[in-house]
Amino acid sequence: MEALTKKYSVLGVLILLLILLVVFPRYVSAYKVILLTNILMYVIITLSWVIFSGSTGYISLAPAAFFGVGVYASAILSKSLFLPIFILIGGLASFCLAFLIGALTLRLRGMYFTMFTFGLVELIRHFAQWWEVNITGTVGRLILALDHITIYYAILIIFLLVLLTSYVIRHSKFGLALQSIGECEEAAAHTGVNVTLVKVLFFAISAFFMGVVGATMTMRWQYIDPPTAFDIRLSFMTVLMAIFGGMGHLYGPIVGASIFSFLDEILATKFPYYYMLLFGVTMFVVILFMPHGVEGVIQKWHKREKSGSSEKT
Amino acid sequence: MAQKGEKRIFRENMRILEVEGVKKNFGGLAAASNVAFHAEQGEIVGLIGPNGAGKTTLFNLVSGALIPDSGVIRFKGKNITGLKPHQITRMGIARTFQSVKVFPKMSVFDHVLLGYLFGNPKCTKSDKTLKEVIEILDFVELSEMRELRSKDLILSNQKRLEVARALATKPELLLLDELMAGLNHTEVIQAMELVRKIREKGVTILMVEHVMKAIMDTCDRIIVLHHGEKIAEGKPEEVAKNKSVVEVYLGE
Repeated sequence: MEALTKKYSVLGVLILLLILLVVFPRYVSAYKVILLTNILMYVIITLSWVIFSGSTGYISLAPAAFFGVGVYASAILSKSLFLPIFILIGGLASFCLAFLIGALTLRLRGMYFTMFTFGLVELIRHFAQWWEVNITGTVGRLILALDHITIYYAILIIFLLVLLTSYVIRHSKFGLALQSIGECEEAAAHTGVNVTLVKVLFFAISAFFMGVVGATMTMRWQYIDPPTAFDIRLSFMTVLMAIFGGMGHLYGPIVGASIFSFLDEILATKFPYYYMLLFGVTMFVVILFMPHGVEGVIQKWHKREKSGSSEKT
Repeated sequence: MAQKGEKRIFRENMRILEVEGVKKNFGGLAAASNVAFHAEQGEIVGLIGPNGAGKTTLFNLVSGALIPDSGVIRFKGKNITGLKPHQITRMGIARTFQSVKVFPKMSVFDHVLLGYLFGNPKCTKSDKTLKEVIEILDFVELSEMRELRSKDLILSNQKRLEVARALATKPELLLLDELMAGLNHTEVIQAMELVRKIREKGVTILMVEHVMKAIMDTCDRIIVLHHGEKIAEGKPEEVAKNKSVVEVYLGE
């Protein structure tokens, strides 16, 4: 009975939050809408990163590559197609790229896989640069930007989709398979899990959402070039946000990415000169004192509260 | 009618596993050279030999973790040489590991559920599945610990969990790699009981073991390996008397 009431109250809070998110742009300034769009973008990328890397432990630095592919897909297609269609194409392009890369490299373990994905971002960026200069004869591309409200709602819908997908995966048999791969790949294979297929497929699914976000966020910029589309900092930010939030529960990456990107924004605007320094110190403190991220702290409180209330009764 | 009768006889004496002329080299070292043996349905076959004799290599070859350089491995008459581990598991060969390989942060229940769902790909998460998972946990006497993470279990229970995970894939042949290693006297006896109980379910067992008492008491037949070669085979009492086996174990 108690569990049921708890379930309903959690559901109630979630619905309330959703309503708030939907009506939010009506009552606040454009700057705040753009800020929230930005935060949601990081939340989506972190959530989709956690789908694969969080459970399997294969640390991928490829988010920037998949994001950039989405950016370019929509930069090329946005003039001739509708918003949902080129967003979808951006996602599918990233999905296909990840599937190919995954099939080639997911037999690499640990550090080697991470280094490869790091190289992938640089490789694609340089390739795009070379292509633009030598084939199309430009450096960047101009884009017909959309208004910030449309982008906000597009991002909100993608956020809900990635949340739903993560939830379904976590509670399906594939969630279990991904976890088993992360904890002992050999034993997983001998328990009947097709480890190669599961790894490649979920790497590609996580890339899909990164591509989708890239394709959408392009519309916020009037101009893009390879260095902005394939920015390796995005990859690092994603990993840091996931670590900061914690990966055991769904709320971990959401809370982590929200606080982190908000902090990033505040520090960058309020203290432009000390920004990177403050950022580094914050990161340092987090890793030293919160080994399981925000989630770990919340879990600890939760436990303390539980044991406290049981002592009383 | 005659045909039917013949078929039944064939079934009763069916060689569930046949290994023929299997070779595997690691660099210059022959971990398996020209090994041939078989296991009949319902048997408990022991695989013994000094350290480095190639017992685990043979397990890895049968379960698909390694691919032989040459030779053929057949399961229920089908050639399984070169198949992937998950394919072999789904065909009906499950295994445990010499050094325990459980998923440390996964619950006991989820281990078995994973084996059930992926060892039998047509199965879905239904009430029947959950019931059968509990049955398997009851069978290995771990159902009271189902919520615990496997890293919180003691060694003997982790080993039981590995067996449960393997049984969840509904195997016809079970490979047990040193199930009794590191267990105390009481636990060894319990483990032997478990092995017999599994055989009663109709599962054929191939086991690598160093605990001689366990091997002698539970196995129907024993195969002795040395330097990657089979040097003896037979009933436990025959093998114990075999001259070359004694030499290998005690020196000349």
